[in-house]
Amino acid sequence: MDIHALQQIVHQTRDVRRKQALPKFSPADRDQLIHKYHPDFRERAYRPIRFGPNDGDKTVLELATLLEGDSPIADGFDLTPDYTTDVLVVGGGGAGCAAALHAHAAGAKVILATKLRLGDSNSVMAQGGMQISVAPEDSPVTHFVDTLKGGHMQNDHQLLKVMVEEGPSIAKWLLSLGVLFDRDADGNLHVKKGGGSSKPRLLTCSDYTGLEIMRVLKDEVLNQNIQLLEFCAAVELTSDEKGDCTGAIFKDLDNHRHVVVAAKSVILATGGIGRLHIQGFPTSNHYGATGDGLCLAYRMGAKLMHIDTFQYHPSGAVYPEQLIGALVTEGIRSEGGHLVNAKGERFVNELDTRDVVSSSIIRECEEGRGIRTMSGRIGVWLDTPLLDAEQGPGTVEKHFPAMMLQFERFGIDISKDPVLIYPTLHYQNGGVKIDTNSETNVKHLFVAGEASGGLHGRNRLMGNSLLDLMVFGKRSGLTAAARAAAMPQGKLTVGHLKGFRAEAKKHGGAGGVVSPMILPAYTRKE
Amino acid sequence: MAQENKEDVIDQPEVLRHKMVTIEIAGKKYEVPEGITIIKALWYSGQEVVRGAGCLGGFCGACAAYYRTKDDPKVRTCLACQMAVQDGMSITMMPPFPARKATYDIQTLKDPKQDLFNLYPEAPLCRNCNACTEACPQKIDVREGVWKAVFGDFKSVSEMFMDCVMCGMCTPVCIADIAPNLVALYVSRAQGAHFTEKPLGLDTRIKEIQDGRFNDEWTKILKMTEKELADHCATVK
Repeated sequence: MDIHALQQIVHQTRDVRRKQALPKFSPADRDQLIHKYHPDFRERAYRPIRFGPNDGDKTVLELATLLEGDSPIADGFDLTPDYTTDVLVVGGGGAGCAAALHAHAAGAKVILATKLRLGDSNSVMAQGGMQISVAPEDSPVTHFVDTLKGGHMQNDHQLLKVMVEEGPSIAKWLLSLGVLFDRDADGNLHVKKGGGSSKPRLLTCSDYTGLEIMRVLKDEVLNQNIQLLEFCAAVELTSDEKGDCTGAIFKDLDNHRHVVVAAKSVILATGGIGRLHIQGFPTSNHYGATGDGLCLAYRMGAKLMHIDTFQYHPSGAVYPEQLIGALVTEGIRSEGGHLVNAKGERFVNELDTRDVVSSSIIRECEEGRGIRTMSGRIGVWLDTPLLDAEQGPGTVEKHFPAMMLQFERFGIDISKDPVLIYPTLHYQNGGVKIDTNSETNVKHLFVAGEASGGLHGRNRLMGNSLLDLMVFGKRSGLTAAARAAAMPQGKLTVGHLKGFRAEAKKHGGAGGVVSPMILPAYTRKE
Repeated sequence: MAQENKEDVIDQPEVLRHKMVTIEIAGKKYEVPEGITIIKALWYSGQEVVRGAGCLGGFCGACAAYYRTKDDPKVRTCLACQMAVQDGMSITMMPPFPARKATYDIQTLKDPKQDLFNLYPEAPLCRNCNACTEACPQKIDVREGVWKAVFGDFKSVSEMFMDCVMCGMCTPVCIADIAPNLVALYVSRAQGAHFTEKPLGLDTRIKEIQDGRFNDEWTKILKMTEKELADHCATVK
């Protein structure tokens, strides 16, 4: 049967489902479900890292291989700086822009380097919104508790407290820069309820929240004349004789030359790992999400945490083929969209946390209640027309213009037809361990945003990423800037590679793998 | 998908199970599977893509491209990650265009509606050719937006351009050398920073945090043992 015939059951069962209330799973059921179906629990996808700061810790094969990878920089490399700066920001997404802007505003000389263009990132795609407790019935403490619950109680309490408490002032900063958050009739910030949250807390700019924030931040970086190195991929960090971070080495992707930047502090804002296609999953991530910062920090001796846990966003598109892996925003479920299996039944409370919802979708598909497309992919329905049925015609179009347009390009009207979805690799829950100033255990090496770990525990709550970027981008930028005036520029060496290479050799070498990956190898060879 | 082979990951060039079609990339002919996106067709045809790919989700505007379908004289625009190839299609990626971006301090503007004419003096010179609107892959009525900006209707502009991915395809076609996307970005930011009500509830919350209104609750929570905290979390619905 073709996809249109298969979806009739969604239309036929809609009225019955509208009357149903589905309870959330009990903690025991939820644990069982996750252990059985969540990709984080597939033993064969994991192995221990053989050496380095996380020696013996398990992570997915794809990441372990890169972490153990060799540096492309040989001993004796000419480390004469091409540029010298107070603060070097690596990465041009939300965390990178926030770090650069705050460091610059605090009077530091800043260079922002990114391997693609300024702004090319996952941040720009964030649709669901940004969690900030602005509503009177809400509070930072409730935000803390919700996040902790979502993160399976594994979140770093200090990081989390800082994030939820600084949220409101971040909203104020963004508003002052001209970000157009959705408003209520009385002028207050409109808040939506997100999956796993007990109170409505999502600030949104329709379903373009990330795009709107990034348009503004990018523009502001340009207005402030912050020095940019675009199409420059970081390939190694530099250290002084004490092992403190002193700069970075880049490869200019246009002319293939190396660029050396001496910096008093380096802020890695390099994002996540979706493009490693862990366990063969499609991904919602941008082209450059190859975990470069993790490799660089790891070779410097920075400790990683929670790198065995990844977020598979419940709703990645499965049909049409062209959109495979692309996100269908959680906002649809926030507004009441049902998940429906091939039998026309709901099978999970759609507002449960992402790991629970993803696991339940995988369960439906593995137990034969998924819908198979003509190209052999499998998924479940997300009943988008339900929103128009519940809230009146035009709701989907008004609240989700980005989604409407994205599917319309392939002849699908999501306000009339349901969407076929399956979990897509979305986020790395862990990353480089940081303190509340976003600094790692390597001095003067900061990590902000998705590349960092601890804040989100073992499952990031929807809408917390945008806030994470802004809060820890800011804190890293301010801390690095404050430090710059009183310190000399450290010496640039790659001394840290000596120990790393010796360790690698002891464990049989890197097997010819050189990291970071920089870009995924999609180009078809002969 | 998890249960499939690594080779089937969709972001990699497609496994050969589709009908092949002939397309032209920058004037050269290639055989590629029908229906894959233009970006994937580039990879399939053996090209290394550095410039011209970004978020791959239709939001960042990095992959602006021109295309023409078989026997149609009309050259159209698209985001290459969001457009499927078909037989006989001719495609070329848009090069970076050296548009002038005005710089400004958005927070200290005195008269943003008047400042528009200082920052972008070309904005009122629109000759109504409508090429910008036709060039927009996001279907924004760009020409209308430029006029609304000039007439000071910043609110409408900010709403119309919420879909703008800053691909810049409206710019090379402008015979008056306006960069409509940059004009709209300035206008939208000015609208947000200067002409939108301040949310009072937000200031209240910031003050509450500064005044330590939640301190007792924090003390209580942070003193809890792991077990107590877990039990407490379980009570929150």
